[in-house]
Amino acid sequence: MIIDLGIIAAKVFLVLFMVLNLAGLLGWIERKGSALIQDRIGANRASVLGFAGLGLVNTLLADPIKFLTKEDFIPPQGDRLLHTLAPCLALFPALVTFAVIPFGDVLVVGERQINLQVANLNIGILYIFGMASLSVYGIVVGAWASNNKFSLLGGVRGAAQMISYEIAMGLSVIGVIMAYGTLELQQIARAQGELFWGWLPAWGFFLQPVAFLLFFTAAVAETKRTPFDLPEGESELVAGYHVEYSGGKFLMFFVGEFAEIVTAAGLITTLFFGGWQLPYLMRDGFHFPWGGALLLPHLAVVVLQVGAFTIKVLFFCWLQILLRWSLPRFRYDQLMRLGWKMMLPVALVNVVVTAVWIVLRQQLSVKP
Amino acid sequence: MSGDMILFFILASLSVIFSLLVIFPRNVVHSAMALAATLFFVAVLFLTLDAPMLAILQVLVYAGAIMILFLFVIMLLNPAALEGRRIAWWTLGSLAAVALLLELVSLFFYRPSPSGQPPVAAAFGGPETLAQSLFTDFALPFEIASVLLLVAIIGAVALAKREG
Repeated sequence: MIIDLGIIAAKVFLVLFMVLNLAGLLGWIERKGSALIQDRIGANRASVLGFAGLGLVNTLLADPIKFLTKEDFIPPQGDRLLHTLAPCLALFPALVTFAVIPFGDVLVVGERQINLQVANLNIGILYIFGMASLSVYGIVVGAWASNNKFSLLGGVRGAAQMISYEIAMGLSVIGVIMAYGTLELQQIARAQGELFWGWLPAWGFFLQPVAFLLFFTAAVAETKRTPFDLPEGESELVAGYHVEYSGGKFLMFFVGEFAEIVTAAGLITTLFFGGWQLPYLMRDGFHFPWGGALLLPHLAVVVLQVGAFTIKVLFFCWLQILLRWSLPRFRYDQLMRLGWKMMLPVALVNVVVTAVWIVLRQQLSVKP
Repeated sequence: MSGDMILFFILASLSVIFSLLVIFPRNVVHSAMALAATLFFVAVLFLTLDAPMLAILQVLVYAGAIMILFLFVIMLLNPAALEGRRIAWWTLGSLAAVALLLELVSLFFYRPSPSGQPPVAAAFGGPETLAQSLFTDFALPFEIASVLLLVAIIGAVALAKREG
């Protein structure tokens, strides 16, 4: 009993620790990466004993100290309670969503089987959408409580944008759910270990390429980053919904955004890129399609799986940051047109095509 | 008192407190936030009653979509200057509340024996059982509800078009 509780606590700690630290590291990658793309040097002002560590000291040590020691300003005409509540509402969904994303298969220690996932819900995907839908509250409430016209405009934009793209996101995932026939993320990850024609991994990307494009676009829109950063829109709205935030509360919005990036990367990996699956890696080692096998001990297999998951997540985090610094911002009408008139119909067609394909597959019993 | 009962009383009192907070503050945004919190606590109550699917749908649809639209409209209209409460509505509302209270009090005297109820099946409240009953036993109400929603959508589009 005590050991079971300890294992659960350890998994919760591990996931929160990784997500929060990755969020901090992404702040560094974002600042140095944007500098690299824009041909400038980037964060290098702070150093410890002459050691700047490529801006690591600046972004991981000096920035947090600065954030936490700054004045915490609450607008005098604003709403004190809701102004303080909003950053918590923004950070909470980003941190709890990762609970249902599996980061590995089963780890067997003696008699005990440890499922490498914090919570194995049979409605995993719905849980993710439920929590993601709550993340709108942070910006809407924060924007309203600031009593600032710019932030109110940002909040209204944010609410409309996030609701619009949630619909396209949900419909794009329905194709994946139909293809794998389950809402459980661990089962989706397991199903992606199969092979088509004996060599192609059955990853969601190969089964549902259209769904991947739609989901990725909608996920970037949900994190409210360029090209979808209309709620912030610093050239027209100063900083949008967080104009009136400073110090620690701004840091919470900031970390929440990066935690959302990590969660989005984890979801994309799990749904479309095999989750913790490494091609040709079975439970007892590698079995290559061209014959030959490399048998590995159980622990090595688990380490390889968790490592594969981590590398995929890091790749999609990097891709999202690269996107932000490569693309210009949409205009608001373009944003709405893309969401409602392009992505929504394509997602609906994808659902219909997937349904027809599943029926045909059952009738003709062909693979895949 | 078992752990389930303690959890129930905590959740029930929280949802009652927050639902009272919906009607008493003069600030509309506070009321809307309290309503969202009430819906969230009711969702957790569903979770304790072996209905995780219903709980998540409650959060997803009510707290996540409908309440956001409420907030959106409140922010767009900004009803800062509310008109005072009218006496007629106030008394009518009180009468309705008293009638509802009497009805609820009568429930106290109706006690189905809990021991007579069979325990729920393992698949109860899961997506499969829900979909099964929705598409077999309740197919007609389900389709009628979807037609109703379609009519509402068409109505909204027609209203929006007329303005332009």
